[in-house]
Amino acid sequence: MKGLLEVEGLDVFLGGSHVLKGVSFAVLEGGVTALLGRNGVGKTTTIRAIMGLSDRHGRIRLGDADLTRERTDRIVRRGVGYVPEDRDVFTTLTVAENLRLAERNGSARYDLVYDLFPELRQRGGQRAGTLSGGQQQMLAIARALLNENRLLLIDEPTKGLAPLLVTEVAKALEKAAEITTVLLVEQNLGVVHRIADQVVVLDVGRVVHTGPAKEFLANPGLVHRYLGVSGAEAA
Amino acid sequence: MSTWVLLTITGLGLGAMYFLIASGLSLIYGLMGVLNFAHGAFITVGAYASWYAQGKLGGIDSVPLRFVVAAIVGLAVGGMIAILTELVLIRPLYQRHIEQVLVTVGLGLALTALVAGIWTQTQQVYLTPTWLTETTGVFGASIPNDRFVEIAAAVVVLVGLLAFFRYTRYGLIVRAGVENRAMVMALGIDVRKAFTLVFALGGLAAALAGILSGVYFGGIDPARGTHLLIYAFIVVVIGGLGSILGSAAAAVIVGLTQQYANYYASSGVGDIAVILLLAAVLLVRPGGLSGAVAAH
Repeated sequence: MKGLLEVEGLDVFLGGSHVLKGVSFAVLEGGVTALLGRNGVGKTTTIRAIMGLSDRHGRIRLGDADLTRERTDRIVRRGVGYVPEDRDVFTTLTVAENLRLAERNGSARYDLVYDLFPELRQRGGQRAGTLSGGQQQMLAIARALLNENRLLLIDEPTKGLAPLLVTEVAKALEKAAEITTVLLVEQNLGVVHRIADQVVVLDVGRVVHTGPAKEFLANPGLVHRYLGVSGAEAA
Repeated sequence: MSTWVLLTITGLGLGAMYFLIASGLSLIYGLMGVLNFAHGAFITVGAYASWYAQGKLGGIDSVPLRFVVAAIVGLAVGGMIAILTELVLIRPLYQRHIEQVLVTVGLGLALTALVAGIWTQTQQVYLTPTWLTETTGVFGASIPNDRFVEIAAAVVVLVGLLAFFRYTRYGLIVRAGVENRAMVMALGIDVRKAFTLVFALGGLAAALAGILSGVYFGGIDPARGTHLLIYAFIVVVIGGLGSILGSAAAAVIVGLTQQYANYYASSGVGDIAVILLLAAVLLVRPGGLSGAVAAH
């Protein structure tokens, strides 16, 4: 089946290490595809390679567009939003300035992001560096949702968040999935169970499993083998 | 009292030139991670372009007008050299910092040698409006009027840069880029345009410093840029890399320290005092006065 995003034979070398070894998978249009795997198997590297933030070899297509040799800013302007693992909000800028910087094409969806995260409107004049981790995550997601994108790449959005905030972020991700396709890196299997339609599982730089999320999570043997946790934790 | 006033205003005038050079250096390093050793050549080339234009504008009878038109030519040449440097030499070496340092060192040496080859090492006298060479009495001290122009120019550049950062989209991009260049690109922004813009602004400010140095020192010579660049680097480190306000504060401190030390201790002690000041700041506050890498 032809996917919205198609990755073929992706190789990435970092500091002399062969981190991604011929990674191939497709992200179908609509819904959430979760990119899973233990720590250090190459999930974040895969996302960064798609974004053009790492040197990579292979082929990456978004619809009919070949992204393989594109610069990061051009990839984004083709309709790819990005929420990095460490949020990477601009700490010296205010919340409003962070959002203003993310505006593209003069059609920013402030109503949508303020509806999802009303706190951001109230804290518009506050420096992003003084926000809590959860608020910074909301800002990072809001930045990606501000523009109409065909695909969102979201890297570990619940990492380090309190359980209450995890629920809030998961709600935002569900909303994001209603309006665009999402490729999500997520360690919290509860969140994956709640919102993911498909999974792509990586192990030591290779894709070892792809398929419906529910089927994967319902197979304790697979979950334990590739994620190192019991299947019960996924439920 | 009158001596102190003269030293203070002269020190501020010197600090103003340091700031004009340091602001560009600081922004270029803060945004792009490039230590631009060719910045001194921007100073020299801007000053010489202005001086050369003065000679070719003999048809303008009014000396002040000729001075201003020639200064505009110098600024334009300084800005163009900076843009060409970024586009032709720096951009192909993006992320290759060692090579960037080597190429800027080479360009700085080559341009300075080119200027010396064409116009010799001899100091060239600047055609300066009479008012600039006169003095104004301030608390009993006779202050050369050019000091006020240098200070005013630095204040205008400082306010202009702060307004640019605060109120324009490109200013926002530069501030964000100083903090995290990759994330700016990941928002769909072609950060290379900001690189070129920052180089252009740096080149303009450096050329302005070169022109004003011609007035301050009574003439220009090919080594002027290299000489001033050393102090500008010290100002950038003391102020904090990437911080415009830090550079402004550090430029004032360095200019005043040099003047006071040269007068109250002994001639030549000013340079040693500045080096000691640099060492003290690096030991006590390694991030400089601003304490952080930020274009604010």
